[in-house]
Amino acid sequence: MSHYTTPADLAAADRVAGRLYTDPAIFENEISRIFERTWVWVAHESELPGPGTFKSAHVGRQPVIVTRDRKGMLHTLLNRCRHRGASLCEKPRGQANGFTCPYHAWSYGLDGKLRGIPYPDGYEGVIEKGELSLKKLRTESYGGMVFATFSDGIESLDEFLGDAKLWIDRFMQQGGGYPIKVLGKHRFKFRGNWKIQLENTTDGYHFPIVHRSWMASVDAETADMMSFMTDPSAITHALGNGHSVMQMVPGHSDLDADDGTEPLQGRFDDLIKDLSKTLDPAQVRKVVRAMHGTGFNLNLFPNVSMSAAFFRVLRPVSVDETEIEHIAIGPDGPPELDAVNRERLRIHEHFQGPFGFGTPDDAEGWDRVQRGAQCAPDMPILVNRGLAREKASPEGWPTSHVTDETGMRAAYAQWKELMRDA
Amino acid sequence: MPETATAPAPVPTTDPRVVRAIDLAWREAELLDRKDYETWIGLFTDDGRYVIPIDPDTDDFAGTLNLVYDDARMRRMRVTRMTEGYAIAAVDAARTVRTVSRFVPESVTDDEVVLRSAQVLIASKRGRHDIWAADLVHHIRLSPSGDRIVLKVIRLVDSEEAVPAAGFLL
Repeated sequence: MSHYTTPADLAAADRVAGRLYTDPAIFENEISRIFERTWVWVAHESELPGPGTFKSAHVGRQPVIVTRDRKGMLHTLLNRCRHRGASLCEKPRGQANGFTCPYHAWSYGLDGKLRGIPYPDGYEGVIEKGELSLKKLRTESYGGMVFATFSDGIESLDEFLGDAKLWIDRFMQQGGGYPIKVLGKHRFKFRGNWKIQLENTTDGYHFPIVHRSWMASVDAETADMMSFMTDPSAITHALGNGHSVMQMVPGHSDLDADDGTEPLQGRFDDLIKDLSKTLDPAQVRKVVRAMHGTGFNLNLFPNVSMSAAFFRVLRPVSVDETEIEHIAIGPDGPPELDAVNRERLRIHEHFQGPFGFGTPDDAEGWDRVQRGAQCAPDMPILVNRGLAREKASPEGWPTSHVTDETGMRAAYAQWKELMRDA
Repeated sequence: MPETATAPAPVPTTDPRVVRAIDLAWREAELLDRKDYETWIGLFTDDGRYVIPIDPDTDDFAGTLNLVYDDARMRRMRVTRMTEGYAIAAVDAARTVRTVSRFVPESVTDDEVVLRSAQVLIASKRGRHDIWAADLVHHIRLSPSGDRIVLKVIRLVDSEEAVPAAGFLL
């Protein structure tokens, strides 16, 4: 039995009720008020490289197919036949001319239009084919990131992203002048609420504690790069609409700004030698310097983070279960770059995924939050770290140290805004 | 099919070389269930690989994203991680019991046995049981100084699905 009061009672500026992680009624409202209303990330354009390509995804709990039609237009279609509701596509990705329901063979185009019905005489005078297209979600993209929304009434994606767009542009600089492409993905699940993961990508504070075993296993240069705990230039900005950016390695936030003085990591010496046979030195430097990705995590509310060298995508399954994808990315260029991308895959495997040196420890921490939150559901979860030292940056973004909880406060403010009329 | 008509007769699992390989695979399984990772790591050759791929069809492990793709260096670091006490997932790891069976010798020489098998593992943690089912392939180098694993590939039946984050090894 839920004792759901109002979002204002549950989320203050510096704390949220533990019940936000555990109350099924709140979760149901989050699905309808947040995931079925705001912009939700569904794909990177490289996952839909040509006409007829598609991928499966979710918007909230609802399965969708993201397609690219013959003209190159992107569509997000509910994965549900208009006849009797069967799912149309159970493949994670692929190429197709359209989708045919396995049950009675109603067939749809890549744009969702109903194209064919077997034995149509039974429907004469009963249905209009034009009215039975697949349910299509509004779909817009920025910087290769594709988002969909159930709402025709909310702002454009451009407005929704706002100041986060600058950081998306910067994130994509890690292609070293080449576009970014998806290289592969890890998928795992944990027994906890989705917001625990939403918080984590903007949680610099946990890093040296939870990830001590990863820190101990990497080379000194990489460990040093991540030693932001006491670096005053490592800061987090709230960017509006729940988005935030956490700069762990500020020197790599704008990868195009390179004065050439930073030495490349010694571990890549052999790779540099190989690449230098065909690529010019400036090009080699760009892709190698960006090997660990960019120097920040850009947290986009509610479901995607552009995190150093990968995308983290969360999917709420139930109030206490969440699925996560860690999507590896790399430059999409000439064949020489395959060696760069192999190196990026190894770096990704080292930390990410259900057997990485980082993710399992994160997941254990999140499981423990969910278990602990069963106690005293109205006892607050504190998100007040750094509140007294938070100040506006010259751009006007609320800003504090990277270990502070500025990004979480930003996400919960947006949560409250969207849940206000719940 | 004609190919099978001319194929050599399968080597039986009672072949002494295969017996040695099965013996090693079973010993390995028990070491992993007991989390005796320091002994386990000694079962591999220096050039040995330990792989849990994601793509069910690929053999190009270096060119694709894996769950695990360990050479000797990564394997050493992994065992350190699992045993040194800093990794909270390993400290509070699930207890596991695994059965390895359905052995099929794929190729057998006096130097090396390639052994396919099935593994069903139950992981128990905080009142929950997770099932991890996989096809295994062991490439086992036979040597008078001790048989060793050159390659172990674990192909989870749900490698492309979301699995729990693990504090143990497969």
